[in-house]
This record gives sequence, C-alpha cells and structure tokens, in this order.
Amino acid sequence: MLSLERDAYLAMLSHALGAYPEEACGLLVGPVLAGPADEPGAGVARVVRAVRARNEAASARVYTVHPLDLLRADREAQQAGAELIGVYHSHTHTAAFPSPTDVAQAPDPSWHYVLVSLAAPEPVLRSYRIVDGKRTEEPVVLGIV
Amino acid sequence: MAVQVRVPTVLRSATAGQSTVDAEGATVGEVLDQLGGRFPGLAGQLIGEDGELHRFVNVYLNDDDVRYLEKLATKVGDGDIVSILPAVAGGAV
Repeated sequence: MLSLERDAYLAMLSHALGAYPEEACGLLVGPVLAGPADEPGAGVARVVRAVRARNEAASARVYTVHPLDLLRADREAQQAGAELIGVYHSHTHTAAFPSPTDVAQAPDPSWHYVLVSLAAPEPVLRSYRIVDGKRTEEPVVLGIV
Repeated sequence: MAVQVRVPTVLRSATAGQSTVDAEGATVGEVLDQLGGRFPGLAGQLIGEDGELHRFVNVYLNDDDVRYLEKLATKVGDGDIVSILPAVAGGAV
C-alpha cells in the first residue's frame, strides 16, 4: 500500500498536467523502508514528497529522469533522513498501467512505481510494484494511515 | 585519494545495506574496481566487459556526470563524492 501526503498527490497531478503533451517524471521521497521491501505488498510506504525531475527524453512517449535531478533528490532525501522510494511518471494518452518499457527498465524492485494517466478527462493515479518483470498494483491512500 | 561513494538502494544488498562507503583510488575507474573487489556483488553491475560503464548506470563525481568528463579515467580528489545512480526511465510504449 502506498500512502500519499496530499501535497505529494497534488504535486504529481499538477506536474503531469503542466508537462502535457510531454511525459512528466519525478521521484518519490519517504521514510527509510523497513522490512522485506522486495515483496510486493509488504507493509505501507509513505510518500512525504514528490520531487519534480526533468524528463531528459523530452518526449510524449518515453521518459528519462535527468540523472542530476535524481542525484539532487537523493541528497535532499538523505539530509532529511529519508530515502528515494520510487518514481512517478505520466502517460499522456494511455492508461495508468506500466508499459513493457516501464517494466523492462524498472531500476529497483524495492521501489514504488506511480503512473498518472491523462487519457481520460480526469487524471488517474495508480501505483505498482515491479519485481522480476512482474507488475502488481497496490492500493493508494491519501494522508497518513 | 580517499572518496565517499553513494550507493543506490538497488545495489545495497551488495554492500550489506550501507548507503555510503569509503573507497580509495586515483580515478573513478580505480574507485569502482576497488569497490567491486570488496563487494563482489557490485562487480559486474557497474562496468561491462567492454570496460565501460553500463548504460543503465550513471556515475557522478560531485555534481558532474563522468561521461562528460573523462569517463572512468576521470581523476578524483580527496574528499570527493562519487555517486552511483540507476538510470530511471520508461515510457508509454
């Protein structure tokens, strides 16, 4: 389960809408994960901040988090006693479901992968674990649980 | 030269959970080689058989991508921070 602070949730939606027609991307910051993080559905992860990153690909079809933005987000999180726990990106014309590219390139099985779809009139946000090429949707809740 | 190396979460199983490790070397390549020797799980994750960085790994020396410096031959100084970063990418197709 992924618990999103309201500000983080709104930041992701506004970033996705503002970046349209290009894909938006950024990092998820939360407390250091405890327990076996590589098991889908293990515990509740809390996102306290969503940090915007530049999409180095500047594309409507693919995204690449600019590595310098990843580095800065990692440093900020470290200084706050937190950790990068995932990544978000938008799909401008397809569902909030990890594509084969997303699955093939998922960098970290302990991470949470948030998708924001702009394909419908209202944005749709979903979260997944991606472990060994297998995607599993997880519940998303707003606020602290 | 003594440097600190920042290890991303995905590689921390190879460093016994350590997020930052101390290392020595004159160049980025030497630092990474030394790490690979100490943490066998890291060897092969960073540098390919062609002797270059894997394309799904980015390495920064302080605030600079070593690919735009002298790659693995980039010289390091005492107190520098070498950051290993996974390439974070995907797409709608």
